[in-house]
Amino acid sequence: MAAERVVFNEMLGTDGAVRPAYARLNEWLERQPKGFLTRKNREAETIFRRLGITFAVYGAQEATERLIPFDPIPRILSAGEWRRLSAGIDQRVRALNAFLHDIYHRQEIIRAGRIPADLIMQNAAFLPEMVGFTPARRVYSHIIGTDLVRVGENDFYVLEDNTRTPSGVSYMLENRETMMRMFPDLFQMHRVAPIEHYPELLRQTLESVAPEGAKSDPTICILTPGIYNSAYFEHAFLADQMGVELVEGRDLYVDNGKVWMRTTRKPKQVDVIYRRIDDAFLDPLTFRPESMLGVPGLFDAYRAGTVTICNAPGTGIADDKAIYAYVPDIIEFYTGQKPILNNVPTWNCSRPDDLAYVLDNLADIVVKEVHGSGGYGMLIGPTASKREIAAFREILMSNPTNYIAQPTLALSACPTHVASGVAPRHVDLRPFVLIGDQVRITPGGLTRVALKKGSLVVNSSQGGGTKDTWVLED
Amino acid sequence: MLGRTASSLFWMSRYQERAHNTARLLDAAWRTAMLPALGTDPAGDWRSVLAGAGCEAAYKDKVGEISQRGVVQFMLFDKTNPSSIHSSLETARNNARSVRTGITSDMWEAINTTWIEFSDVKPQTLSQDRMPEFLAWIGQRAHLFRGALLGTILRDDGYSFSQLGHFVERADHTARVLDTRYWIFLPDTDVGGNAHHHHWTSILRVMSGLRSYRFAFPDSRVKGVNVAEFLILRREMPRSLAHCYDWINGTMADLTAFYGDELPSAAQAAVIHEQLRTGSMRDIFDSGLHEFLTDFTLRNNAFADRLARDYNFA
Repeated sequence: MAAERVVFNEMLGTDGAVRPAYARLNEWLERQPKGFLTRKNREAETIFRRLGITFAVYGAQEATERLIPFDPIPRILSAGEWRRLSAGIDQRVRALNAFLHDIYHRQEIIRAGRIPADLIMQNAAFLPEMVGFTPARRVYSHIIGTDLVRVGENDFYVLEDNTRTPSGVSYMLENRETMMRMFPDLFQMHRVAPIEHYPELLRQTLESVAPEGAKSDPTICILTPGIYNSAYFEHAFLADQMGVELVEGRDLYVDNGKVWMRTTRKPKQVDVIYRRIDDAFLDPLTFRPESMLGVPGLFDAYRAGTVTICNAPGTGIADDKAIYAYVPDIIEFYTGQKPILNNVPTWNCSRPDDLAYVLDNLADIVVKEVHGSGGYGMLIGPTASKREIAAFREILMSNPTNYIAQPTLALSACPTHVASGVAPRHVDLRPFVLIGDQVRITPGGLTRVALKKGSLVVNSSQGGGTKDTWVLED
Repeated sequence: MLGRTASSLFWMSRYQERAHNTARLLDAAWRTAMLPALGTDPAGDWRSVLAGAGCEAAYKDKVGEISQRGVVQFMLFDKTNPSSIHSSLETARNNARSVRTGITSDMWEAINTTWIEFSDVKPQTLSQDRMPEFLAWIGQRAHLFRGALLGTILRDDGYSFSQLGHFVERADHTARVLDTRYWIFLPDTDVGGNAHHHHWTSILRVMSGLRSYRFAFPDSRVKGVNVAEFLILRREMPRSLAHCYDWINGTMADLTAFYGDELPSAAQAAVIHEQLRTGSMRDIFDSGLHEFLTDFTLRNNAFADRLARDYNFA
C-alpha cells in the first residue's frame, strides 16, 4: 500500500475534473471575493467562543478550554456514496453488538476458533462482571462513532469503531448551525440531508432501551464526570437538546435496588443513564473503589434490571485495538456476509512475525497503543525523526503486546481554508450511529481535518480542525 | 430540578454579587487613597476592604502588612484567595457551566465573556490610572449579567434559587460593611467631624447609594444615624437589609407555591423579614448596633444553611 501515495482529492478527483457532488460548491468558491472566507472564519470563531463550544485539554493549567478550529468549507458526500457507507456501518454495528452478546454468554466465536480465547479473556476491556447478563433489547453499544478514512474514489476504510463513549456529535450539530447561519445561499443551492433531529433520535433510542417494566415515559439522564472533562460541553449540549437532566455521580444514589436522582424535593427514579464516564469509574463498589465520579451500587441495580446503562459496561472489548484486526471475521461470523467496509491491514505486535515486520519498517508505518486514545502514545513513522523512532523502538520492544501497527494511508483531501487561500488538506470522518429498537445513522458526521500542510493528524487534541459534512439527497 | 442545579444557581448568583461588592469596596478605598490624609490610619481604608470582604485573617497569614499594593493584588487577582474577584468570577462561571442547561444563553454569554476578558488582563500591566476604570468595568459586567438574568430566565424554581443567592450575599455584605465601622454610626459619637463624614460617604459609595441617600433624606446632611437607617431599614434602598429581605421573603413565598409545601427556611425568612419591617433605629441602637448586625449576619447565614438542607443542595 505504501506504493500508492497519490492523494485522492475529494473535490477534483484523480483526473483534476471537479467531481459532480462538488460542482456547485466549486463555482461558489470561485465567485467569492478575496478575504471573504477569512472574515467568515473569524465570525464563526466569535460564535463558538461566546457560546463556549470548547473542549478541555488535560494538563494545560491556564488555557484549559480551547476552541476546535473550524473550517468553513463543507465536505460533501453524494447520496450514492452515503448509501454504501451507511449500509457498511449498519452491518458493522449489528455484528459488533452480536459479538458483545456472544462473548458475555456462550462465546461461540471462541469455540469456533475464529478468535483466540486469550485475546478476550486476558483483555482489560473484558468485564467478567457482565458475563451472563443481557441488557434490554440485547443492545450493548447504543451510541457508536465509526471512524472512516478514504483513500480513493471507492475506497473507504474503517479506522476505529468507537463503541464506548464516542464524542464529537455536538460539533457536528454546531458546525451545521454555524454554516446555516453564515451561508444560507450555499444551502439553497444544495439538497443537504438534515441532521438537526439527532438529539430527538438519541432520545428515542434511549427511551427504547428502558428496562422492562419502566414507566411509559422513562426518566433519562446524562451522567458526566463534570465541568473539567474534555467533552463537558457536549454532555451539557446533549442534555439541553434532549431536555433531560445532566447529572454527576453525586446527584444519583441507589436505594432498594433502584437508582434515584436527588432533586430539590422528592427523589426521582432514573430508568436510563447515558453515561459519559468510563467503566472503571461507574461504581466504586464494583470497580475502582477510590473513584468519586460514579454511583455506589449502580452496577447491582443494573444487573437487577432496574436501570439501563448506555453504553453497557464492558463494550470496550468491541473497539479494543487488538480486537480490531478480527472485525472482518466477526462480521462474517455473525452476519454470514462479506464486510462492506474494509479494515485497515493491521499488524498485531503480540505476534512475533508481526512484531519483526513492524520493527523493520518503523519509518513507514503508524504504531498505536492498544488502549490509547486522542492521538497520544503513537508513532507516525513517515513524519517522525530518527531519534523519535529510536526512542519508540525501545518502548515498543519493552511491551510489544501493548501495540498494533498499520500502514500509513494516503488519506483523501478536501478543499480547506488556509492562510494562502483554499488548499487540499487531509480528512477523516466520524459518522454517528444509534442502536436501540432500530439502527439510526445520521447522514454525515464529523469531518476532522489536518490543518497543517501534509499532516495526517486530524485529532483535535493534536491541533486538528473540523468541518461540516454534507450528504446530498438524490 | 436536581438539588445540585439549585445549589449551582444559588452560588452562581452569590459569587457574581460578591465580585461586584469587592470591586466597589476597592473603588471606595481607592478614592480615599487619593484624598488628603484625614488624620486617620492611612492603611485604614485598605483594611476596611479586607474587613468588608471578611478576609482580614487570610490576608495577614498570606501577605502580612497592609498596603495598597498588597490589598489590591490579594482582593483582585489572588487565585488562592477564595474571595478575590478572580476567584469569585471563576466560581460564578464554574457554577454557571455546571448548569449550562438551566440558564439562558444570554446569561451564559454575559458570565463567560466576563471571565474570558478578566482572565486576559495581566495584573502587572494594570497601571494605577487604569484601576478605577477596570473596577467600573467589573461593575458594568455584573449589571449586564443581572440584566440578562432578569430579562431572560424562566420564572420557575431556578429563578427563585438564583435570586436567593443574590440577595443573601447582598444582605451579608451590607451588614458586614456596616459592622466593620459600626461605631461611626452610634448616636453619641455622631459629632459630624470631617473624618466621620468621610466614613459615611465612603460607605454610601460602597453601596452605590450616595446620590439616592440625598433623595431619601432631602432635609439632612449626611448623618450617621440616617445612613444606618438607610442601609438597614429603608426598603426603597436596593442594598438595605430590609430590601433584601423583601425579596427573599417574597421569593420564599414563590418557592412554597411552586412546590406546594412550606418548609422551615420559609418560616425563618419570614421572621427576619418581619423584624426588619417593624423595627426602628431607636430599638436597634438601644440593644446595640454591633450586636444587631452580628445577630443579623448569623441569622442570614442560618437561613442560607436551612435553605440548602430544605432543597437538597449538593
